[in-house]
Amino acid sequence: MTDTIIKFDKVVKRFGDVTVLNELDFTVKRGEKVSIIGPSGSGKSTVLRILMTLEGIEGGVVTVDGEPLWHEGPNLKPASEAHLRKMRAQLGMVFQSFNLFPHMTVLRNITEAPVKVLGLSRAAAKARADELLDLVGLADQAAKYPHQLSGGQQQRVGIARALAMRPKILLFDEPTSALDPELVGEVLNVIGKLAEEHDLTMLLVTHEMRFAREISDRVLFFDQGRICEEGSPEDLFTAPTQDRTREFLGSILKEG
Amino acid sequence: MLFGFEWDTSGPLVFAISILPMLLVGMWVTIQATVLGFFMALVLGLIWAVLKAAPSRIVSWPAKAFTEFLRDTPLIVQLFFLYYVLPEFGIILPAFMTGALALGMQYSAYTSEVYRAGLEAIGRDQREAARALNLTTVRTFTHVIVPQAVPRIVPAMGNYLVSIMKDVPVLSVVTVLEMLNVGRIIGDRTFNYLIPLSLVGGLYLIMTLVASAGLRLLGSRLPKQGIPLK
Ligand SMILES: Nc1ncnc2c1ncn2[C@@H]1O[C@H](COP(=O)(O)OP(=O)(O)OP(=O)(O)O)[C@@H](O)[C@H]1O
Ligand SMILES: [Mg+2]
Repeated sequence: MTDTIIKFDKVVKRFGDVTVLNELDFTVKRGEKVSIIGPSGSGKSTVLRILMTLEGIEGGVVTVDGEPLWHEGPNLKPASEAHLRKMRAQLGMVFQSFNLFPHMTVLRNITEAPVKVLGLSRAAAKARADELLDLVGLADQAAKYPHQLSGGQQQRVGIARALAMRPKILLFDEPTSALDPELVGEVLNVIGKLAEEHDLTMLLVTHEMRFAREISDRVLFFDQGRICEEGSPEDLFTAPTQDRTREFLGSILKEG
Repeated sequence: MLFGFEWDTSGPLVFAISILPMLLVGMWVTIQATVLGFFMALVLGLIWAVLKAAPSRIVSWPAKAFTEFLRDTPLIVQLFFLYYVLPEFGIILPAFMTGALALGMQYSAYTSEVYRAGLEAIGRDQREAARALNLTTVRTFTHVIVPQAVPRIVPAMGNYLVSIMKDVPVLSVVTVLEMLNVGRIIGDRTFNYLIPLSLVGGLYLIMTLVASAGLRLLGSRLPKQGIPLK
């Protein structure tokens, strides 16, 4: 067991002719809570989507818990679907627009993958789901369908659904951006609670600067597919060294 | 006399009543051809839709070309082809089966588009959520995509059911005794076309109205979010 759980080594990502990530390097330590901030289009979502295996890479190596994610074998040949399945099991993702399955009850949303992928019995999966629903404050909503819930409740189900797979790494892509302002707090509360868990590694893309500052061990400021600046939340938010960072933080503060 | 029933030409009303059982026999054939043709269109259309979506062009291109051919040639041409050409290859089907097959083939080109549109309407978000949870491709298809696609697919399919019903009279050219053909035969033999053909029209209206109403009811019963999974 190494201390590093995520490693990007000269990762290149292109969409057609556009290079979105150009030889990106960074590492995340086991149990670390890292926030990613930066302007729109800077590649924040792309980083999470590469980790969740929703998006492939064109160059470099991504390593998750000591094993290449998009490659396998000693010669680093491109990963097979079997390899991706194995690696994917270590990660979970919470989406900006929740992406719950609208035709499944809250309970079924949470138990479907544990039953079908992990092979849990329905009863065991339900017990796990009940615990998680309790954790996210929705113990009485198991039988409802997503459209019967508020956005904040739906996102909390999204979090419970990801947690039900017991990932080592949890990825959040702007989990509160699609929510009405008055519902943001309840979701941040849950994420804050998770941030207290020692083993769980968290990567959080967010525009909630105050929240990022509270819960993160480290903040990465992305700009144009590179990490322009990184540091502890105190340093980065109060004494940024780069002009771009100052400019970005200034624009965010003006907004709200 | 037809199908063991006698007609009574002594007056318009008694004539109409006396030929009704014959027309109902024809109507039953029409219903059977509709249901069988529709069933084949549903099955074949799904096959085309899957083939057209195949990643390999060697698979998808012939499927696209074939469905395009089905769509762009008249039903009656396809029907003649099946009826006169298949026997040359030793495949001899009863006229009714040939007719139902022709309907099923022609309409499978349309249903395959309905499937494709319905399946594609279930967006990237849902597939990505399923992938992030490590659900298999098959499980994602059967339990995430299809249940949500059904409410989008059913209403459009229903329209084709009614269209097929209205195309069944084409089968009369290969001797199938569907309702219009029965009406025409009665006219030929009694020299009264008005009453049998009017009755055919009326019975058609009843059939299509009932089918449409049933389909609307089914459509309104289906939850917008998809077939529920508890
Ligand atoms: N599927 C795609 N096809 C083409 N270009 C894409 C695709 N996905 C992302 N991009 C481009 O890649 C760049 C980085 O996108 P990304 O979504 O990672 O940005 P982001 O930092 O998450 O932005 P935002 O804050 O708006 O969510 C953008 O220029 C975007 O237009
Ligand atoms: Mg983004």
